[in-house]
Formats: sequence, structure tokens, C-alpha cells
Amino acid sequence: MSSLWDVTLATLVKDIRLEWRSKDALNSMLFFSLLVVVIFSFSFDPNAEESRQIAGGLVWVAFLFATVVALNQTWARELRNQVLDAYRVSPASPNGLFLAKALGNFLFVSLLEAVMTPLFIVFYNLRALGPAWQLIPVGILGTWALVVNGTFFAALSLRTRSREIMLPLLLFPISIPAIQGMVEATRILLAGDGSARFWIVLLLTYDVVFTTASLALFGTILHAE
Amino acid sequence: MKRAFSILWVLTGLLLAYGTYQALVIAPTEQTMGDVQRIFYYHVPSAWTAFCLFFTNLFASVAYLIWKRPKADALAVASAEVGVVFCTIVLITGPIWARPVWGIWWTWDIRLTTTLVLWLIYVSYLVLRRFSDTAQTPVLAAVLAVFGALDVPLVYFSIWFFRTQHPQPVMGKGGSLAPPMLHAFLINLLAFSLFGAMVCWTRYRLELLKRDVEQAQALESLAGAEVSEKASLPLSRSAR
Repeated sequence: MSSLWDVTLATLVKDIRLEWRSKDALNSMLFFSLLVVVIFSFSFDPNAEESRQIAGGLVWVAFLFATVVALNQTWARELRNQVLDAYRVSPASPNGLFLAKALGNFLFVSLLEAVMTPLFIVFYNLRALGPAWQLIPVGILGTWALVVNGTFFAALSLRTRSREIMLPLLLFPISIPAIQGMVEATRILLAGDGSARFWIVLLLTYDVVFTTASLALFGTILHAE
Repeated sequence: MKRAFSILWVLTGLLLAYGTYQALVIAPTEQTMGDVQRIFYYHVPSAWTAFCLFFTNLFASVAYLIWKRPKADALAVASAEVGVVFCTIVLITGPIWARPVWGIWWTWDIRLTTTLVLWLIYVSYLVLRRFSDTAQTPVLAAVLAVFGALDVPLVYFSIWFFRTQHPQPVMGKGGSLAPPMLHAFLINLLAFSLFGAMVCWTRYRLELLKRDVEQAQALESLAGAEVSEKASLPLSRSAR
């Protein structure tokens, strides 16, 4: 039970089963981002050309806020019955735990995006003028960028006062380049306005840098005395 | 050590006074910008000092993660706080200068944006320290400092690309400084570096003192609890 992948798989399966039974995170994320979509739509009331220019920003801001909702529940679940303390004293690899949590969040946020993207397309009358298939790598890399740092900072803010407020305060400043990458790439692809290559490479770099940093430092966070 | 501390403070005061005299009286008025250019003698040294302090914070944080010495953490607190103050001065003096010279308070230029994001990251660092006062705080804060440092190059590149795609009004920063201006600038650079280091050192000493006091109080209350426990023991036994 101590190899990295065993721990990852066991925790991931457990989290998916818990989420499948309660659907807490998914339901709250879905409803939350639906509200954001509707409120943005009322606030801006854009035409088709304006939609292409601003939709990238709207979509990702909606997903960012929804992700925070999910992230806040990730570790709180493990605090009940001192599960996290049990992890701490067990010989299981901390990185296995971290990877499982990050992958689980990635799965939930991807599900949310799969449901919400058609809604965005309908509400904002979107039609991509650039190579639309590139939105898939942008989506995957962007979601991982939000989730990997989010999972890490959710664990970091676990033992602070009012941790639900702490998480966005820590996560948003660090995420600024990633958010800029996602928003710009999406805008370029929707408006057919040049190449999104630089932004995809930036997102990839961001993901590699922060996944490495998270894996290197998660043990320190978990065992912090 | 205490003596050096006082002497250096006096030296800092003298240098700051001399630098102010150089910047406001001796340095010639700039031809196109006028007197508002003099803000440059405070703006750039403040930026330099802020960046040096943020580097100090990163080194102290990494040192803390490796060796777990409380002194490294105290230095990290001191440098982050003082760095945020100097960075705030940069962000305030910048627009005051930009409004008459560029005609706008703010532009999403590479240096401005990177400085702003750096400021945001370090404010979130201070917020974390404020919201968490457990024994783990130093480790958590040090980890956040490392993440922030990794973030800054990415911010820089993303803004750099963003702005080369969307051209900006050219900024009249080229050309070299006239010798008296350069002299005033260098004096102020030295004075502000020393000033920043001294404020940071003072804050560092304050932090160490604060921790000593907290430790003494904790020990005292612990001793008090032991005494009252001993006093109450016979009572509870006789009650049984």
C-alpha cells in the first residue's frame, strides 16, 4: 500500500465514490457557474463580435470561481474524524495523496466545463473563427494550472483562520499568468486573431513548473510542525 | 552590534538628508518634464530597495525550509513587510509622475504590471502570516514565498508577449542622465538601500524581541498553571 500509484489510485477512487454519492462539489459548482453565466450575460449584453472578444475572459472567470468552490471542499472532508492526521502518521507517500486530490479536482472541474461550455455557446451565440480544436489543449492545460495550485494552496490554508477566504487570496495572485494565458488563448481562437501558440507554451511551462514545485513541497506542507 | 546599529542609523539619516538636498536643490530641472522629474530620485531607489528586500525574503525563506532556524523566519517576516512598504511607495510615486508626463495614471506596461503582481503576491504572503498564527506558519509562508518567486518570471514573460502584440505609446526613457542628475540619483540609491536595510534590520530585531517576550509569557503561564494545579490537587483528592 505504500507505493505512490497505489495510494493515488485508492484515494482517487474513494474521492470519486464519495462525490458520486453526495454530488456536493459538482452540484454547487454547476449551479454557481450557471449563475455567473447568467449574471455576466445581463451585465454586458454583448453582440456576436463583442462576445468573441470577451467570452474567453467570462468563461475562465466563471470556471475559476467554480473551481474555488470545489477546492474548498477537497481537504475539509479529510479533517473530519482526523483522517488527515492518520495520513500524516502512515507511511503512505504524501505525493500520492496530493496527486489523487489534484486528479480528482481535475476530473470534477473538467466535468463542469464539459457541461457549461455548450451553455456558454448557446447563451453568447459563439462560433470560433480560429482553429477550434486547439481549445482542447488550452482547456486541459488551463484546468490543470488552476487545479494543481488550487489543491496545493487549499492544503496550505487548511490550518489558517477562515480558510475559505484564504484560498482565493493565495491562489489568485499566483494564478495571474495562467489566467492571462487561458483567456488570451481562448480569445485568439474564438476571434481567429493570430496564433495561440505562445499562450499554450506558457500554460505548459506554468503547469510543469508548479506541478514540480507542488510535488517537491507537498510533504513539507503536510508534515509542517 | 548595538553600537554599529546606532552608528549606521545616524549615517543613514545623514545620507538621506544629503540625498534629498542633492535631488531637490542641486540637480538641474529636467528640460521637458520639469520639476516632476525629481520624483525619479525617490521612485527608482525605492523600487531597487523593494526588489532587494524581496530577494532577501526569498533567500531567508529557502534557508528556513532547509535549516529551520527561527532567525531566518524572522528575517523573512521583516524583509517581506518592509519590502511591501517600499513597493507601495513605488506604486504610488509612479502614477504621480506618469500623469503629467504620459498623460495617464497607469498603463499595463511590463514593468508596472510585474511590480503590481509582485506586490499582490507579497500582500497575500502577509495576509497568510496574519491569518495563521500557529507553529506551522513559518513553513507555510516560506513555501508561499518560493511559489511567488517561481511565478514572477512567468508573469514577466506573459506581459512581455502581451504588450509586444499590442503596441504601447513609446516611453521617453532613453538617453543618458546629466552628471549632476546621475550624482543625485546614485546618492539617493545608496541612501535608500541603506535606509531599507536599516528598517529591515530594526524590524528583524523587533520580531526577535517579540518572540522572546511571547516565549517568556508562555513559560510564565505554564509555571503558573503548574503551581495552581499543585494547589488544587489536595482539594480534588479530599473532595473525592
